[in-house]
Amino acid sequence: MSVKSLEELRKLREEAKGKLTMRKDGEGDYIELMVGMATCGIAAGARTTLSTLLDEIQNKNIENVKIVQVGCLGYCHSEPIVQINEPGKEPVIYGNVDEKRAREIINKHIINHELIDDAIIIETYKKP
Amino acid sequence: MDTVRSHIMVCGGTGCISSDSDKLITLFKEKLSSAGYDKEVKVISTGCFGFCGQGPIVKIHPDNVFYVQVKLDDVAEIVEEHIIKGRVVNRLLYEEPFYKRKIQSTSKMDFYKKQYRIALRNCGVINPEEIEEYIAFDGYEALGKVLIEMSPKDVSNILKDAGLRGRGGGGFPTGLKWEYTAKSPGNEKYIICNADEGDPGAFMDRSVLEGDPHSIIEAMAIGGYSTGANTGIVYIRAEYPLAIKRLNIAINQAREFGFLGKDIFGSGFDFDISVKLGAGAFVCGEETALIHSVEGKRGEPTKKPPFPSEMGYLGKPTTVNNVETFANVCPIILKGSEWFSSIGTETSKGTKVFALAGNVNNVGLVEVPMGTTLREIIYDIGGGIVGGKAFKAVQTGGPSGGVITADDLDTPIDYESLKNIGSMMGSGGMIIMDETSCMVNIAKFYLDFSQDESCGKCTPCRVGVKRMYEILERITEGEGTSEDLEKLELLANMIKLSSLCGLGQTAPNPVLSTLNYFYDEYKEHVENHYCRAGECKSLIKYSIDANNCIGCTACARVCPVNCITGKPKEVHIIDQSKCISCGACFDACKFDAVIKP
Amino acid sequence: MPKPISQKKTYSIDNLPKEKFDLLDEYIGGISDKEGSLIHILHKAQELFTFLPMEVQLHIARKVDIPASKVFGVASFYSYFTSNPVGKHTISVCMGTACFVRGSNKIFDKLKELLEVESGETTKDKLFTLKDVRCVGACGLAPIIMVDDKVYGRVKLEDVEGIVKNYKDGE
Repeated sequence: MSVKSLEELRKLREEAKGKLTMRKDGEGDYIELMVGMATCGIAAGARTTLSTLLDEIQNKNIENVKIVQVGCLGYCHSEPIVQINEPGKEPVIYGNVDEKRAREIINKHIINHELIDDAIIIETYKKP
Repeated sequence: MDTVRSHIMVCGGTGCISSDSDKLITLFKEKLSSAGYDKEVKVISTGCFGFCGQGPIVKIHPDNVFYVQVKLDDVAEIVEEHIIKGRVVNRLLYEEPFYKRKIQSTSKMDFYKKQYRIALRNCGVINPEEIEEYIAFDGYEALGKVLIEMSPKDVSNILKDAGLRGRGGGGFPTGLKWEYTAKSPGNEKYIICNADEGDPGAFMDRSVLEGDPHSIIEAMAIGGYSTGANTGIVYIRAEYPLAIKRLNIAINQAREFGFLGKDIFGSGFDFDISVKLGAGAFVCGEETALIHSVEGKRGEPTKKPPFPSEMGYLGKPTTVNNVETFANVCPIILKGSEWFSSIGTETSKGTKVFALAGNVNNVGLVEVPMGTTLREIIYDIGGGIVGGKAFKAVQTGGPSGGVITADDLDTPIDYESLKNIGSMMGSGGMIIMDETSCMVNIAKFYLDFSQDESCGKCTPCRVGVKRMYEILERITEGEGTSEDLEKLELLANMIKLSSLCGLGQTAPNPVLSTLNYFYDEYKEHVENHYCRAGECKSLIKYSIDANNCIGCTACARVCPVNCITGKPKEVHIIDQSKCISCGACFDACKFDAVIKP
Repeated sequence: MPKPISQKKTYSIDNLPKEKFDLLDEYIGGISDKEGSLIHILHKAQELFTFLPMEVQLHIARKVDIPASKVFGVASFYSYFTSNPVGKHTISVCMGTACFVRGSNKIFDKLKELLEVESGETTKDKLFTLKDVRCVGACGLAPIIMVDDKVYGRVKLEDVEGIVKNYKDGE
């Protein structure tokens, strides 16, 4: 393959960039999705949740979202748990996030900025 | 679903590989695949993170967790705890030397906080063997912009406006150098990248080539376009096998993508790069000597003028730039000269990479804006002196530079300020010394280097430096005279003025600078036969402190010449006439009873 | 770090393996600018023969068609090339400034004493060659010694004997 114009180069860059979003270190400019991946989370299917979220982000070409796995979030009754940290907003925690709900989170919460009311465990929670 | 959710970045720089980071990578892959996570977690070998004293380093994305001194035994725990369960392994986090706090992310570490990375921007961030990753971080955009939108003159002008100066030590304005070559008549021209990093204690060029080789290739192509050269040559030390390997991989990838070769970006500009190996000669850092070595000859310098920009490789106009200089080019093209010139001091713009080493806590590569003070580098970034000992001096500029004392720690560093205090920027080696370093011995160390590396072409350097070395040898052996000190200074100034090339002209600097700042120490060596750092073996006379000696006999048992006598539980005595000052008793005594004067 | 007298003399040896010469010829044959690539050719030759005896230098001179004095001039100029046979293992002590400040000279002295050789020399049993080398660029691990390609970092004086013994026992 030979790159012959800046347009071609930029196209290549966009493709390559998608795979590397996670390497950005900056805090604050990114929406962070935290997936609870302790033993109970994994048992409840958190791995599927995580890969579904990643898949959906890639499908929809969303760049400003970073997905991080974390330990136990403390809501073992509602695993898998996903917490959403948006810069300047209070965190939102969703419970019982299966594959379907994971896609819903991306499409409704992230893209359309609407809350999925029936899945929220706790809406206001001060970040330590 | 094969969606990658996490990247494990393992440092693949020479420093970390020396402590088995390459085996870490293999082991990570094994553990991940046996846990069934190999599809969603990628292990990547990346360039130097700079924090070499804490290596091997493993950084995990997207969590942004930075593990230090990771050993093979730790891999299983990281996979099981961090990757599978999402729990950070606290034990492996970096601990601040002062507050003893564990820190998880680099942005909160003092070592990284004051740094500003331009030349090292991609080191530890990308996989140097994947051109796609370089492209993802704006790679080859600058080359495209230059070839499509700018004239060769625009390119040298933007570098001139930015104020970029040679990072190899000389500090000559890069834009001007390119302009001179461009103006020289002839249509066969060359551009050479000097990667023959010879300063003992500097390794930034190696780290850039290992961690971000494409940035050098791209900048060389830009330089080729600006100066009118169609051939680039990287002259690299044979002692850097990993850098050579990565560079060759990168060159081949660049050819594949059409960033090297014919008609780059459809602009009609042709450019290609070849790699030439050095074979260990410090003098080859000198442009003219380097060019001879590239031609396959002995690396001896020749008189300037003619400058390489008029008559260089094979007699054709040639530009020689250092690796770090090239590493600054692409960001300047993309972000503009105003951005670059807003960083730094009046005369020195941008940043400089320093290799921090010696008796400092955080050993490694640091990149700071020009104008940062030595105190900030040594105490904030470097974490202070090892073992809380007293700071004595810092040496910059390698064998061509000098020492800087505590009095000048608050000097903002740039090309001029360092010269004013008797040292120089050099290629960026920065060796921190504490009270246990003898300044006469340090001067001797550098002179030993210079006299050995002298190519022998001109007399002042070949004979003069050798004579200076012999005088220093006498002084450290306690046979020096006050006359020797005068002779040393006289010779030093003579050699500075009359040597042919940079090596000879700067070789006396370590002596002149230590004579200037530590004259007392020289005097003590000569007049009192006393070395206060206790480094000059011939001047050390050990004795036993009767108050501390409990008569454990440890010293007598280790003495190789049996010169220590005494009964058990009684005070021991050293027979000075037999003592060879080997120091074995000093190391053996657990009660601080053996004392150095 | 001056080279010892013995290393300044070019070593002569008969019965060098022919297949190595063939490999060298093949390498030289593939180069268009032979004279300009003299350093590369010497690198290749040293890789094949482990050192550059007189016969090899003469052979290169004939192949490249330049005076032998020129080949010797280049080979002796650069510290990377050696015209003396080397032992089975090469122990290199880093003498970069960072290692020096952290005591590499003491380690070097200890090795000289232990192996009973000077810098650049090979032990009587042909097992070790001791060398002092320029900065290997792993200053974070200072002081450093290398046995062949294996790097030992943060070496303490008391570790030296054990490292050497390891290789001796491996025989």
